[in-house]
Amino acid sequence: MRLPFFRNEPPTPYDMAAANLSNRELRLFLTNPNAVVGLGILASVALLALLAPALYPGDPLSVVAEPFLWPGQDWAYPLGTDALGRDVMAGALHGARISLYVGLAATIVGFGIGLLVGASAGYFGGRTDAALVKLIEVFQTLPNFVLVVVIVAVLEPTPTVVAVAIAIVSWPTIARLARAEFRSIRERDYVTAAHSLGCGSIHIMGREILPNALPPLIVTSSIMVASAILMESGLSFMGLSDSNIISWGSMIGAGREFIRTAWYLTALPGIAIVLTVLALNMIGDGLNDALNPRTQND
Amino acid sequence: MSGLSRILRTLRRSTLQAIPTAICIIVLNFILLQMAPGDAVDVLAAESGAATLEGMAAMRERFGLNAPVIEQLSAYLNRLLHLDLGTSARFGVPIAELIAQRLPRTLLLMALALGMAAIIGVALGAVMSSFAGRLSDRVLSILSLLFYSIPNFWIGLMLIVLFSVKLGWLPSGGSGSIGMGLTGWAALVDQARYLVLPAASLALYYVAIYARLTRAAMLEVRAQDYVRTAQAKGLPPLVVNVHHILRNALIPITTMAGMHVGAMLGGAVVVETVFSLPGLGRLAFEAVLGRDIQVLLGILLLSSFFVIVMNALVDLLHTFLDPKIGVH
Repeated sequence: MRLPFFRNEPPTPYDMAAANLSNRELRLFLTNPNAVVGLGILASVALLALLAPALYPGDPLSVVAEPFLWPGQDWAYPLGTDALGRDVMAGALHGARISLYVGLAATIVGFGIGLLVGASAGYFGGRTDAALVKLIEVFQTLPNFVLVVVIVAVLEPTPTVVAVAIAIVSWPTIARLARAEFRSIRERDYVTAAHSLGCGSIHIMGREILPNALPPLIVTSSIMVASAILMESGLSFMGLSDSNIISWGSMIGAGREFIRTAWYLTALPGIAIVLTVLALNMIGDGLNDALNPRTQND
Repeated sequence: MSGLSRILRTLRRSTLQAIPTAICIIVLNFILLQMAPGDAVDVLAAESGAATLEGMAAMRERFGLNAPVIEQLSAYLNRLLHLDLGTSARFGVPIAELIAQRLPRTLLLMALALGMAAIIGVALGAVMSSFAGRLSDRVLSILSLLFYSIPNFWIGLMLIVLFSVKLGWLPSGGSGSIGMGLTGWAALVDQARYLVLPAASLALYYVAIYARLTRAAMLEVRAQDYVRTAQAKGLPPLVVNVHHILRNALIPITTMAGMHVGAMLGGAVVVETVFSLPGLGRLAFEAVLGRDIQVLLGILLLSSFFVIVMNALVDLLHTFLDPKIGVH
């Protein structure tokens, strides 16, 4: 199949079948109502996050109007203003940037670490496997959020540090999945064939096994983004974030003081978090139905 | 093989597995402690407010902070063996004592939340699997996806808005009414009133997880031959559902529940902050505010050990639920 020797050959029936399969999966994904709604919400959030500097130039933490304007009271500030007179809409849009950045960065780093550890454990087996499985087990035993809190408290609470800390606690999920996939695919005929053609381990792992092991990993990564966003919001709610950068969690943390009189300050950023995370989970569900048809049980 | 010897074997196996994990976690803790900016001498110097550089160097020598890292590690291990987690710079109390004071309330909160989540989640999942593919299943599926996406601290705050601010039914925070002189049953009810909202906000996320897990597990078990046999024998549907399907579907669910203990501890940190419950999570929050890394690490270490113990208990529970487990 994807061996260097056959690269210039015309496409084989196998390649055609593979292409049809991915088309079918894409169609399955795009006809799933949940997945489409999720994609729509996520695309809107991403668009608003990208446009935030254009729509609301300047610091979202600057005071622009009188405090405690309720949403709709003054249409210049559609979501109202907070206790200091800062525009909630500007904060929400700029906060989206942080949430998406931390979610994506944490998932990319976590995916990388998890894939590296899981693939090595599953492919090499033996002592490597035993040692790496122990490592995975240790990180699964450590309570995730507590470890993130400790790491961020030891280092500095910048968005990048927060993302790396979340990656450090979330890689084991990917590693376990990758290990299982690499272990089972390693035994397939085409891997043996690649072996006998003299391909090296790196080539077999990257070009032969990885493309076939990806589907379950992709499903999990969209849920990883969701839980990374949830963790980030919890951290910044507790005040473990850069106080010069606005985020949804820190807005809730600030609005909490006025929960009796101005509960919209707490409610609105929370709705933003729920919508974004819900969209990611819906996409994850849709991907799961499209890529793992055997788990479709109704 | 008799039940007792099976339990002993499971216990021995999980203990043997737990020891290397525990050692790795202790070493990791030590590394984090080394990475933290400043050391105990800096803290003491800042407290006294009048320390010279020479005096600080002498103190470092005395505390063994200039010794090679490996010697410091062995000293650290030695202290842990004596259950000495160090003294909190912020509270001025031994950390082990501080944690012991706060632990019971957190355990109570977690047990309540886990119980609530398991009962509601399994019930929802059972309903979903019975009506798989129909409208009620779809509505509940979307609902569970929504529960799965709500940050626990935010739902806590929203519950406060609804039940404390608007309706005035339940208290918005704290751990009990002060100065009412309540005793016996009245005191218990009073305490419970303060735990309802925190436990509910912590449980919501897990309700969603258990509902989805139960649905999937029950659908899988439903397709087994022994279920068809039970139905063919003419057993009433309720008996088949509960005794044959649910019982077997519980195994994956209890595995997950064991794994959730660690995650729930993390959730308790935030939820206790919201409701000002004086538990372990609130202690972690205070330690974060006071930059008291030692206390944080103590909590991390203790909660990791707690997770190890819980995993062992789940293993034991499995030997009860499924006699096939634990034989090999």
